[in-house]
Amino acid sequence: MIQNSEVKHLGVITPACVDEQGRLSGFVHSFEMGSAVDGPGMRFVLFVSGCQFRCLYCHNPDTVKMHNGTIMTVNNVIEEIDEYASFLRTAGGLTISGGEPLMQAHFISEILYLAKHDLHLHTTLDTQGFLAGHLEDEWFDNVDLILLDIKHIDPDRYLELTSKPLQPTLDFAHRLSAMGKKMWIRYVLVPGYTDDFEDVEKLAEFVATLDGVERVEVLPFHKMGEHKWEELGFRYHLKEVQPPSPDLLKRVIDQFRKRGLTAC
Amino acid sequence: MNSPETNLDLQPWINFKGGEWQKCINVRDFIQQNYSPYTGDGSFLTSATERTRQLWVEISALIEQERLKGVLDVSSDIGSSITAHKPGYINEKLELIVGLQTDAPLKRAIVPNGGLRMVEAGLQAYGFELNASVKEAFQRYRKDHNQGVFDVYSPDILACRRSGIITGLPDAYGRGRIVGDYRRVALYGVDFLIADKKREKAELNDMVFSEEVLRSREELSEQIRALEELKQMAASYGFDIGAAASTAHEAVQWTYFGYLAAIKEQNGAAMSIGRISTFLDIYIQRDIEAGILNESSAQELIDDLVIKLRIVRFLRTPEYDLLFSGDPAWVTEAIGGMGEDGRTLVTRSSFRFLHSLYNLGPAPEPNLTVLWSNAMPKGFKDFCSRVSIETSAIQYESDDLMREHWGDDYAIACCVSAMRIGKQMQFFGARCNLAKAMLYAINGGVDEKTGIKIVHGFEPITSEYLDYDEVVAKFEQMMDWLATTYIKALNAIHFMHDKYHYERIEMALHDRDILRTMACGIAGLSVAADSLSAIKHAKVRVLRDEQGLASDFAIEGEYPAYGNNDDRVDDIAVWLVETFMEKIKKHKTYRDSVPTQSVLTITSNVVYGKKTGNTPDGRRSGEPFAPGANAMNGRDKKGFIASGASVAKLPYDAALDGISWTATCTEGALGHTLSDRVTNLSNCVDVFCNANGFHVNVNVLNRDTLLDAMEHPENYPQLTLRVSGYAVNFIKLTREQQLDVINRTFHLSF
Repeated sequence: MIQNSEVKHLGVITPACVDEQGRLSGFVHSFEMGSAVDGPGMRFVLFVSGCQFRCLYCHNPDTVKMHNGTIMTVNNVIEEIDEYASFLRTAGGLTISGGEPLMQAHFISEILYLAKHDLHLHTTLDTQGFLAGHLEDEWFDNVDLILLDIKHIDPDRYLELTSKPLQPTLDFAHRLSAMGKKMWIRYVLVPGYTDDFEDVEKLAEFVATLDGVERVEVLPFHKMGEHKWEELGFRYHLKEVQPPSPDLLKRVIDQFRKRGLTAC
Repeated sequence: MNSPETNLDLQPWINFKGGEWQKCINVRDFIQQNYSPYTGDGSFLTSATERTRQLWVEISALIEQERLKGVLDVSSDIGSSITAHKPGYINEKLELIVGLQTDAPLKRAIVPNGGLRMVEAGLQAYGFELNASVKEAFQRYRKDHNQGVFDVYSPDILACRRSGIITGLPDAYGRGRIVGDYRRVALYGVDFLIADKKREKAELNDMVFSEEVLRSREELSEQIRALEELKQMAASYGFDIGAAASTAHEAVQWTYFGYLAAIKEQNGAAMSIGRISTFLDIYIQRDIEAGILNESSAQELIDDLVIKLRIVRFLRTPEYDLLFSGDPAWVTEAIGGMGEDGRTLVTRSSFRFLHSLYNLGPAPEPNLTVLWSNAMPKGFKDFCSRVSIETSAIQYESDDLMREHWGDDYAIACCVSAMRIGKQMQFFGARCNLAKAMLYAINGGVDEKTGIKIVHGFEPITSEYLDYDEVVAKFEQMMDWLATTYIKALNAIHFMHDKYHYERIEMALHDRDILRTMACGIAGLSVAADSLSAIKHAKVRVLRDEQGLASDFAIEGEYPAYGNNDDRVDDIAVWLVETFMEKIKKHKTYRDSVPTQSVLTITSNVVYGKKTGNTPDGRRSGEPFAPGANAMNGRDKKGFIASGASVAKLPYDAALDGISWTATCTEGALGHTLSDRVTNLSNCVDVFCNANGFHVNVNVLNRDTLLDAMEHPENYPQLTLRVSGYAVNFIKLTREQQLDVINRTFHLSF
């Protein structure tokens, strides 16, 4: 059932956007230089704005609305990255995160191309894959590693948690596997939401069928994004939820490890 | 093989490869001829032996008592010297390496030569009384360094001292920062060293007796006397160190005796031990090959030495501790680096020294300093990174930068000051406050805190909005005045220190003809740079009080802040460093010392901040400065790589006494797994050094741990973290300093 999906083209990719001089541009939330938790090594992380998901535990709710970002041209972005290119070549690379980067596929495609071919950087894309069905396989040529966020394995709970269907993400996972792409699977562990033993078992079983999964990162839910919800005037639904205990974290990591996956 | 021209007994040198070092004092040559570079990892290391553990438990109990009392005990009955005290032990049966500063562990000595006033204040603060005859001797018969300096200080120097524009001057205690080549004691034995000093003195017999020659002859005589006393002191512990050390055990003991003599007689602001690990490794390797030692007994020797270095104590006043954070001695040991021939200077003993942080738990002393080069073996780099992540107790300095200037046998005095061992010393000059100097420029030399006119002949800025060019022009003039006054103070201090508190034993372990530097320093770099940036890139309106003083500033608009890898402000910081250095260089320095400067503060950034009013960057009056060359707290918004990139732009050539940067991050920010963190940290240090970064303290911390440690210090006796150039014991900091440390940018990542 999981593998034979009819749903291919949910959602829309934002049309290419240009500035007055006709230069390809996009909406950027922020940069972070030197993140060590968004792909291999130390990364320049480009957070683009805009996301169709409304995940209950989102820690970057300020990136959800695309137009809250700053408009930047591709070249502006590349210049920022170039400052650190020699560092990044030694120590890590570029990660594009968000928001959901694929909403601005035209914009980031150009950034990935230049990062790969001009700056010779390792490139990583952090995505939930919802829009990937719109893109040809070749689109991913300039991506060395996909951080694929699978937020839940149960379709109903996925919908509750994120407001969007699960299937496109699973389809994308299979496609990456078939393409021989390297992947890190990311799973946010939220007590009461994503910690059910059986659910984790199903997810681990699914992930174990994929080729190219180098590691599974179980990310403990944290509340450091809570204040952003309040600042934005949104209601934060997980006020009462606490970060997972070390024991719970270990249990979930072990569930993946038992399937022969590298998990941390 | 060269036949030795000296009359030394050859037995101790058996199986060593000969060379220049046998003909004259040349420890570097000995090392180069004989050391075994090690390119593997730390898997050979062994844990603490039962004996080591027991000894550490015994001394730890005393350290806890000391924490509760502030000072455990003082030998207030006798002015310290190399031979003043009878032998002392922690537990004679358990100790492999012996020798204490006084006759009991953690019992502090008094060193009145530096300044009787400081001694009395220190004793009084902790409820002790000065022996009447010592007091009489120094009040009636003997002058001290402190008196000498104040005899010659001028009113402008005194005014600067009071207002805090120049702070931390070593005018009331030992200047420190002189690193004897303690290895010479082991390699040659004291008899040979005495003979060599006599030779050096005899060379001056036929020279014109100028002031310089006379001073040199008197100093050499003092050095010879000190060496004789060193021998006597060792004899009181049952060792004849007239001859060279013949085993690893002896080499460690002999080297330590040399150092011990220095810390018995000098209570200097920093008393580095030098660069001994690879030197000692040669002896250890020889004994292992001969079957005299195994890995466990080799580690035991190092652990025992480290225990001794952890209990070095000086009697100081609570105000001094406030300025310098905790109770520091800066027993700095420089580890690793590369040789000029391209071989790494990393040996197994480089690992053994760092491994003591596991065997004995983390501690601020000895101040373990890794001389980092990209060319060092990966096994060592990753080991260092792991130690950093797990203990926060080591600092890194760029060997590639320093080797170019100082060769491959330099040590680090204090935190970041490189000097060729036995061939170079410095006149420690603390630092002056550039942020305050800028306020003086704006206020025409009137102190913003007290309203007192400190500098005469300057007119204040009267415009409503600060004009960048006007501020810069006046600031430059003020820096000229500050440099002039500052060098006058330093010349006075070091003239008197040489005269009344000469470092006999440390200088006995130097060549006669050495390079001297005048080590100036600046504080408040990021405040001054950000203030100028605000004036240049935003609009800064002056708010004046009734007296007409610029007492506050309103910033209209935004300005780029130092620490974000933004040239618009980083260039201003570079300009400040280069400009002040140029101004220092114009002055004649005592003993023709070469002027240098550092961008370094320990946690004295708290005290400097306290003494400085509101600044044009928006910093509030009394708010701490950033430490060393760091960005101001919270202003480096792009993470620590960008922050480090800003620091790396400061030119080492204009700050040859060192540029200090402290990077603090949480464990999680370095990666999800330990191996990710190790790789990432090694890469970061590599890249920082590649970018000509000079020094970095690495703190890998957890904010919650620090908050808990403030409330329950008894649970964290060994919690160590690094501030500029130095590791401190967190629980020994004042509450204010603790909060400052916590508020410093934690580079969180999530």
